[in-house]
Amino acid sequence: MAERQKHVVAKVSDFEGTDRKLVEVKGRPIVIFKKGDEWFGMLDRCPHQGGSLCSGSLISWVESSGPGDYRMSRKDEIVRCPWHGWEFDIRTGVACARPTKYRARPVGVSVVKSEETETVGNLELYDVSREGDLVVVEL
Amino acid sequence: MDTLLDPETRGANRIIPGAVDCDVHPASPAMKELMPYLDDYLSQSVVDRGIEQLTSVHYPPNAPITCREDWRGPGDAASALKRMQTHLLDGMGVGTAILNQMLGIQILFNADMGAAFARGLNDFMAREWLDKDDRLRASMVLPQQSPELCVDEIERLAGDKRFVQVMMLVMGDRPLGHQMYWPIYRAAEKHGLPIAIHAGSMYRHPLTGVGWSSYHSQDYAANAVNFQTTVTSLIAEGVFTKFPNLKVVMSESGWTWLPAYLWRMDKYWHGLRMLTPWVDRLPREIIADNFRFTLQPVDAPPDRAVLEKLMEHVGTEDLLLFSTDYPHWQFDGTECVPDGFSDSQLRKMMIDTPKATYSRL
Amino acid sequence: MNVEARPNPLKTQSVELGIADCDVHPNPASLEDEVFPFIEQKWRDYIATYGMVQRIGFAGGTQYPKGQPRASRRDSYPPEGGPPASSLSFFREQHLDAHNVDMAVMIPLRIGQALQNMDLAVAVCAAINEWQTEFWTSKEPRIKGSIVMAYENADACVQQIEKHAHKDDFVQISMLSRTPDPMGHRKYWPIYEAAAANGLPVGVHAFGYGGNPPTGGGYPSYYIEDMMAHAQSCQALITSMVYEGVFDRIPDLKLVIVEGGIAWLPSLMWRLDKIWEKNRLELSHVKRPPSEIIRQHVWLTSQPIEEPDNRQQLVEAIEWMGWDRVLYASDYPHWDFDDPKRALPVQLTKEQRDGFFRGNAYKAYGLS
Repeated sequence: MAERQKHVVAKVSDFEGTDRKLVEVKGRPIVIFKKGDEWFGMLDRCPHQGGSLCSGSLISWVESSGPGDYRMSRKDEIVRCPWHGWEFDIRTGVACARPTKYRARPVGVSVVKSEETETVGNLELYDVSREGDLVVVEL
Repeated sequence: MDTLLDPETRGANRIIPGAVDCDVHPASPAMKELMPYLDDYLSQSVVDRGIEQLTSVHYPPNAPITCREDWRGPGDAASALKRMQTHLLDGMGVGTAILNQMLGIQILFNADMGAAFARGLNDFMAREWLDKDDRLRASMVLPQQSPELCVDEIERLAGDKRFVQVMMLVMGDRPLGHQMYWPIYRAAEKHGLPIAIHAGSMYRHPLTGVGWSSYHSQDYAANAVNFQTTVTSLIAEGVFTKFPNLKVVMSESGWTWLPAYLWRMDKYWHGLRMLTPWVDRLPREIIADNFRFTLQPVDAPPDRAVLEKLMEHVGTEDLLLFSTDYPHWQFDGTECVPDGFSDSQLRKMMIDTPKATYSRL
Repeated sequence: MNVEARPNPLKTQSVELGIADCDVHPNPASLEDEVFPFIEQKWRDYIATYGMVQRIGFAGGTQYPKGQPRASRRDSYPPEGGPPASSLSFFREQHLDAHNVDMAVMIPLRIGQALQNMDLAVAVCAAINEWQTEFWTSKEPRIKGSIVMAYENADACVQQIEKHAHKDDFVQISMLSRTPDPMGHRKYWPIYEAAAANGLPVGVHAFGYGGNPPTGGGYPSYYIEDMMAHAQSCQALITSMVYEGVFDRIPDLKLVIVEGGIAWLPSLMWRLDKIWEKNRLELSHVKRPPSEIIRQHVWLTSQPIEEPDNRQQLVEAIEWMGWDRVLYASDYPHWDFDDPKRALPVQLTKEQRDGFFRGNAYKAYGLS
């Protein structure tokens, strides 16, 4: 496996007034989301039909204990594809709507195994961090 | 070899001894047959107001689908039962038949009157049918006009274990997942009664989303699309989140539409899940847990290969309940099961799945 | 990172020839600037005063709020502003060029073919047809229009058809699926006769406010139910067209069902055949088995395409109806857009692929 390298992809100041930026590393389109002091990076393609997640919305995780009940958590940590609206957890890359047998653990703590992508692919995530004034992707 | 599946004992129609037929239609009583079972006020009203036969236009008595030519005869209960014994129970070897009485009492707008007719009709069914042959079971007819009155009727009859489910028409006032119907589902779940949703309409709305039809044939065809929208409603409204043990038996619904329907429904759920977040499972998982479909009509060509493929698309052998839809004309001769079902599938739909679905059997 | 993504196991299609996309939705950047110039002043005043009333309670549109703003892809807003698909240059860049589309059938929506004020409906539809040629088809030959009409007024429809059908700009007559009466109703027959006489198919796009509940059991509660029910409305309208004998009366009529899904058609054909067999007394005017009629007269556009886990099952369903019956459509710029590279991620023969993405459409629309 090729050694991972650090790539400077943006300045921190690029994120003034926005929470996202589309960059390219080794030919791959990667969207960077900034949430407070945290950074998230993922391939800018929805595993479903390829929509650009950079144009998607960041929403809360909506759960329910029964009809008519709406519970919100994880503010801005779910990216919703700009096309078909499929939801993914930006911390784990896991698709939110999926067969029960792949959801033994609640969204957010799942460790993704490759066979879990049966019907819904998960996001391909990248390590993103801040180094001084720069934003760095490891790949 | 399983003796139940021995070709010697099962005959040409492939009905396994002890098979449960989950959708059978007794003749609808003429008003004069029903009169002894109606309460005093209603029976006086029937006479005094000249209330006539409550036959639904959905099943015109002489229409081809309503009754196969070779199964016709006098309409009184005794004659009709004798025919059913000859053709279905003794003739084809059905072990248990679940009767769905289709007299159109749900169409009345007066809910009290609907409830009074439902009580009379259910009592008529108990005395004139269930008492006469212990191979018979029945669905409670409900006054679908009023969920409260439906609950009263369920409570009134719950002690008679020969009523193994309750019946609603697929086209009501509102799509059947709506909260207004939940008291019915609560009572049914409590008593271990599945909800049979049967073809037919209360005629509150045009039978299709695009208006009133010109022909009976269109209306009959429309049942399948209304079963589809009813599945959507029951799922989207969260009925099975609220009543996880409730079983719904789609009766005379057709089912070959199910795979294509679910491919679409599952896809939409992925993108719109957050709009009805109580739907916390894939729709097809809810179908597998809570829905069953009666066999007839089989809307497929008489082609073994197609049926086998269709079953692959359905993806499970557990969804179907055997039914003949007697005396409705869905097949000819005694060929009530089309080619393409495996022996294990036959056993499941005729014995195992009915037993698992109906706690009262 | 402990997250590992498996490469997508589904195939992507490469289509060498230009694609025919049978459903796209250009919008006016503004009604006032682009459409109103084609409408008499009195109707502009009327709209400003009373709005455009349909059989629906809200002035602005649907009683089922959509899942996305304007039911559109969030990335489809043109950089220069305006609603999705209102800029020809961005339409070219994001869709026609990007996806190698060389024929795109535009179907104007939300313009009120079924406005309650019949004279207004006629005026607006006439203006929309002028707008299509002025702003789109005359500027971009890859885009073809649909003749929109106030379809509750067959006379006015026939006039619009006669006016526009001979132009290369238009490839079909446009109706919406949820009509006040089922589409086989004879009040619509003059429209079908005019369409057939001019060699144009009738393209029926899902949606419309016919005033009937979307289900035979009344109005559902949720948007997903309304969306799902379009497949059922389309099944009911095909049933009506076939059982009313429309194709027996008008043998050259072609029907393209747009945006209702496709995979339900085999089950519907089988059901209609069985019911027809038993009800020959009632349906004596229907001379052939419904499945045969459908296989000759009806096409379905692919979007929103069904997505079984095992996509081969969709291929099998298409085989049951016939590969020549399905036309690729993207629905650009709407949210449930199907990317041609991903819409049918299976191994196809060259013949299947070329038919699905191009050839079937050229046949259906009578183009070469």
